[in-house]
Amino acid sequence: MHMLVCGGTGCRASASDAIVETLNSELAAKGMENEVQVIMTGCFGFCEKGPIVKILPDNTFYTQVTPADSAEIVAEHIVKGRKVNRLLYTDPENKEHISDSKHMGFYKKQLRIALRNCGVINPENVEEYIARDGYQAIGKVFEMGAQATIEQMKKSGLRGRGGGGFPTGLKWEIASKNHADQKYVVCNADEGDPGAFMDRSILEGDPHSVIEAMTINGFCIGATKGLVYIRAEYPLAIKRLQIAIDQAREYGLLGKDILGSGFDFDIELRYGAGAFVCGEETALIHSMEGERGEPTVKPPFPAESGYLGKPTNVNNVETFANIPVIILKGAEWFSAIGSEKSKGTKVFALAGKINNVGLIEVPMGTTLREVIYEIGGGIKNGKKFKAVQTGGPSGGCLTEKHLDTPIDYDNLLAVGSMMGSGGMIVMDEDDCMVSVAKFYLEFTVEESCGKCSPCRIGNKRLHELLERITKGEGTMEDLDRLRNLSHVIKDSSLCGLGQTSPNPVLSTLDNFYDEYVAHVTERKCPAGQCKSLMQYVIDQEACVGCTACARNCPVNAIAGDRKKPHVIDTSICIKCGACIEKCKFNAISIQ
Amino acid sequence: MSHVKVELKKEDVAKIKEICKTFHNNPGELINVLHKAQSFFGYLPAEVQEIVAVELNIPVAKVYGVVTFYSFFTMLPKGQHPISICTGTACYVRGAEKVLDEFKRILNVSVGETTPDGKFSLGCLRCVGACGLAPVVMVGEKVYGRVSPDGVKDILKEYE
Ligand SMILES: Cc1cc2nc3c(=O)[nH]c(=O)nc-3n(C[C@H](O)[C@H](O)[C@H](O)COP(=O)(O)O)c2cc1C
Ligand code: SF4
Repeated sequence: MHMLVCGGTGCRASASDAIVETLNSELAAKGMENEVQVIMTGCFGFCEKGPIVKILPDNTFYTQVTPADSAEIVAEHIVKGRKVNRLLYTDPENKEHISDSKHMGFYKKQLRIALRNCGVINPENVEEYIARDGYQAIGKVFEMGAQATIEQMKKSGLRGRGGGGFPTGLKWEIASKNHADQKYVVCNADEGDPGAFMDRSILEGDPHSVIEAMTINGFCIGATKGLVYIRAEYPLAIKRLQIAIDQAREYGLLGKDILGSGFDFDIELRYGAGAFVCGEETALIHSMEGERGEPTVKPPFPAESGYLGKPTNVNNVETFANIPVIILKGAEWFSAIGSEKSKGTKVFALAGKINNVGLIEVPMGTTLREVIYEIGGGIKNGKKFKAVQTGGPSGGCLTEKHLDTPIDYDNLLAVGSMMGSGGMIVMDEDDCMVSVAKFYLEFTVEESCGKCSPCRIGNKRLHELLERITKGEGTMEDLDRLRNLSHVIKDSSLCGLGQTSPNPVLSTLDNFYDEYVAHVTERKCPAGQCKSLMQYVIDQEACVGCTACARNCPVNAIAGDRKKPHVIDTSICIKCGACIEKCKFNAISIQ
Repeated sequence: MSHVKVELKKEDVAKIKEICKTFHNNPGELINVLHKAQSFFGYLPAEVQEIVAVELNIPVAKVYGVVTFYSFFTMLPKGQHPISICTGTACYVRGAEKVLDEFKRILNVSVGETTPDGKFSLGCLRCVGACGLAPVVMVGEKVYGRVSPDGVKDILKEYE
């Protein structure tokens, strides 16, 4: 029997370490420590309901477990074979307990290829990866030879998951044809999109799949050295990756003469230092060389002249994670999944105002509606759906009318957003789309490297215009200025950051123009989020004088006697909203 | 950039030299050297950068250029308990701004500052990847999830 405990960053923040400890001590107290093995795995994906404990072989899926629940799980489930019903997932519709994750709405539509081992194996034990066909693909590649493997990759239709969607097989072919004394394989694990954690989860849950794929990549293009550029903010992923590299070396899966093939390959880590632009491949390469991470013009592409001027193949973590399975199951198997031009699956970090926040993987061509309502379980607190943002700071906000769009690279581009690396943020009626655009621009302004002026100055101007509008100082001409300037920035920036940074502005202008107009002409924020445009008012009829608001106001802006209607002094009020939350009589409103 | 003048102790200088040496004084390893140096000193004052520049045989301007380019590197000391509020998109839509405002109000410092007693410093970071727990706050290494403005007081109390 096995007990799998989620050891992703989210669940560890909710004490999953302590759960492992208490489970082990409870098992020991019952003398069962040799019969039941407690394993800490990577992310199960269902972060909303974490920490998660899964029991094998019967597949029982316990949610929101605390260390205090360990005794009951062991005493009831393990010793007596009875499920602990109160910890099972409850179907939100028919209120029935579901014990096997297969039957949960969250998992039904998912297909896990890149995440196949996350939440299944212990990422710190290479043997568990091997037991799930790990390092068989590299053996097969040694037999097939480099050329045939590249052909397979091309036939599979796999496209880069880092955002650009460039065909992976083609990229490998170009790198393999450039001759040099030394070539490099680079794994891009910089994952800068705020609100995205796909790559981190893969590295935390299944690091060997990336190591194996990088080795395959090295063999195909003739590189003997691999580098993983990883964010320093990901300590757990770094630790598990380092353990995996050490174990792979120990087992002869990295290093000299791998599996007796005569091929040498080894991997080193390089740390990012908190700069979004370093996710761009030329900037990433400069950063690895110890320089400021500023992009340079392409061509030359890294495949020609990359790290230290040598041919370098850069791929994303999730792209790599797909590769061993493609090799083992074949290009036909993979290309049968997905849509016409986008094959396979995509991992998304589903977050925001949605019931089931988590890490999901769906076949390309799944619609946004299926993702948000069936997998995501709909909008939190029964609110109304307003927008979904994909592609992070480079993407756009899509609305109701886009919900039936099948997700793939080309469809998302066509409707003004993009796939990006896989962040997907759902927003509800309380979110102001002008503020959302401003939020992304704030990010871009901070992260622009400053090398070219359209991006450095243009984005700052965009941000200032948005700031004016959210303060109720904008004009209708400002809306045209936003649009024009956005196009200039897109057309004239040097790298992908500047070329896509106006997308949040353009897509909200396209899809939520009325909301911009309301800010400008009526000086109102329809979502009630722009602080400068609101006033808090107490309804004198509804107020019973309970004093809850006055006691909770951090700046003492509310006055009034007990049992008499209260009033807010708007000149003191900082519009924090504390009073609204505390009022039981719905007497306070924003106007 | 305000300049904090620090006297480096003899053993500190030796330590920096040692760090450079573990990377074979290779200028290409500058970022790794700075990571190590910052994890040792907590921050990277100009004096540390000067020694790194001499050891790796590169101009100080280059070291300074790299330190200021990357947000992970800081030239100011952090508080005893560095507080970071996640301002990634998931946390933003779930109310991180209100939580940040509450920290600013109670501690009476702005983002990037340290309280006068040196106890807390306030900063923002982009996505720790625990979006299921949004909004997220980190104090040192500890992650707090689903933080509400009301909960801020309780978090600070743990470090009194
Ligand atoms: C501003 C910017 C940020 C990027 N950030 C990332 C990132 O965080 N992770 C990533 O894999 N690719 C990122 N990319 C894409 C990379 O430049 C590159 O295309 C990718 O790593 C190639 O791998 P793939 O073909 O497997 O997707 C970014 C691109 C730009 C322009
Ligand atoms: S577009 Fe922006 S990030 Fe890219 S090179 Fe220009 S200034 Fe730097």
